[in-house]
Amino acid sequence: MDNENKPSAAARRQFLADTARMACGVGLLGLGVGLYARHARALPPAAIRPPGALPETEFSAACIRCGLCVRDCPFDILHLAKPEEPISTGTPYFVARQVPCEMCEDIPCVKACPTGALDHFLKDINKSKMGLAVLVDHETCLNFLGLRCDICYRVCPVIDKAITLDRQVNARTGRHTHFIPVVHSDHCTGCGKCEKACPTEVASIKVFPLYMAKGQLSSHYRLGWVEKEKAGGSLVAPDVEHRYNLPEGMKYESGKGLSPSVPSAPAPASPPGSGSGLPRALQGSKL
Amino acid sequence: MPAKPGAEAVAAKGWLPAHKWLLLRRSSQIGILLLFLVGPWFGIWIVKGNLNFSYTLNFLPLTDPYVILQSLLARQLPETLALFGVTIVVLFYLLVGGRAYCSWVCPVNLLTDFAYWLRVRLGIKGSAHISRPTRYWMLAMTLVLAAVTGSIAWEMVNPVSMMHRGLIFGLGLAWTVLLAVFLFDLFVMRHGWCGHLCPVGAFYSLIGKLAVVRVRLPARAACNDCMDCFAVCPEPQVIRPALKAIGGTPPVILEANCTNCGRCIDVCSKDVFAFGTRFGNTVVPVAGVPQAAPINLQSRPGSPS
Repeated sequence: MDNENKPSAAARRQFLADTARMACGVGLLGLGVGLYARHARALPPAAIRPPGALPETEFSAACIRCGLCVRDCPFDILHLAKPEEPISTGTPYFVARQVPCEMCEDIPCVKACPTGALDHFLKDINKSKMGLAVLVDHETCLNFLGLRCDICYRVCPVIDKAITLDRQVNARTGRHTHFIPVVHSDHCTGCGKCEKACPTEVASIKVFPLYMAKGQLSSHYRLGWVEKEKAGGSLVAPDVEHRYNLPEGMKYESGKGLSPSVPSAPAPASPPGSGSGLPRALQGSKL
Repeated sequence: MPAKPGAEAVAAKGWLPAHKWLLLRRSSQIGILLLFLVGPWFGIWIVKGNLNFSYTLNFLPLTDPYVILQSLLARQLPETLALFGVTIVVLFYLLVGGRAYCSWVCPVNLLTDFAYWLRVRLGIKGSAHISRPTRYWMLAMTLVLAAVTGSIAWEMVNPVSMMHRGLIFGLGLAWTVLLAVFLFDLFVMRHGWCGHLCPVGAFYSLIGKLAVVRVRLPARAACNDCMDCFAVCPEPQVIRPALKAIGGTPPVILEANCTNCGRCIDVCSKDVFAFGTRFGNTVVPVAGVPQAAPINLQSRPGSPS
């Protein structure tokens, strides 16, 4: 505490230097914390937020890390992230492969949230989007191998809507059916029951955060068949009857395959000027 | 230093009266922590949550205004319940003194007080120097960070919430951060974290600028300059103006960084100090010095005036 009546030039210099020192030191610390916080924004794929969680950028601003959602979860599935975990410290998450969300009808975790980090407008748990199940590994999925595992389909709380079994020919045997589990994003809540129940050593179906799991068509894309249905008919030109580009004198029937159509007409000679006997693809300049 | 600070007071008043506020304070700190812990430990849910937001008996919401301020700066509005909680907490600390949070509630205080106690016991002299107002730079930094990153970035590293949340929900590696704070206070800087750097304390000191409950010095004339109060005070700079009537300061500690810990009351053998309110200052000092605020500002160390 120097005499404060008339700060001398030296005192003023000292004050400015001290201020600069503090500002720089604190600024450096702030820079570190800020960069760290930005890194933590990328939610790791195994961490699923509770139902109704805002998108990650908004969530990290709204969640005050109080843990009320953790407390009010009747199944104790939620954890608060510890500092060493690659998730924003203190924020709630669950790991589907460990314990999935039970999808309580009254959604107590959302009700408990004091900040709206879990959106209070979510009233119907079936509308929640915690993540999206993706059948990530076609090589290990038992149904893809031709077995009737079906577990993910059976345990799904939104059975026949979120996961359906689509039948395909088993080309390996030629006579069996593949029951391929197909996830439908408009119904899947990301609860993680399928991932939890998947019997393969490492789950073949996994729940990912939406930003990882979901693709998006470009905005200018139009699905022709949808547009056609909307318009009640073809939009470009009258539909032409489809014709197969078959070798001359052959016909194609579903099931039977190719067969000679009429026993006549010798094959036409190759057109003049077609040059050497090279395949056509190799003749032109363009390939 | 002649004897252990407070020895005189123990001799004059007896051990218990010379430790009254310390014991009450420790009971408060540990008691509050236990209230939070009996839920997860024994399934008795009196209080849910942590110091950022807690819900007592599904009735009383208490919200940390500092974390809500950061959330607002990150452009998110809390639910009504949390805003009620903020109001209650702000009003409470306007009454009992903002930094009473630090000395009566915050769990880190147990840690840093222990570090200080050990520092004295081990006779560790010397301390790095950072000015005490650095905490306000820290506070400003955390708020700017919230606005710039659009997230409550400080909560990722805040040792205060990390400790409290950790004790209740699982520490993980948070103990390393707490150990760092402890070692920093023990070896690097006396009262380093709570007294110089912690932005949470800085925030609550701002609430405390107008707080009602303050330490008064009804018997400052009886002071025998034993310096015990300075030795135990975590913010010793707050005592001098009021004790020595510098610049006509009334006999009440109005400095916002007084934590209302009451340890000065304990260790004073002459009973110079007592808890009281900030009001009624015209009685003891010279009449005509009713205003405390400008005096208070002047006496602030490091202010350029």
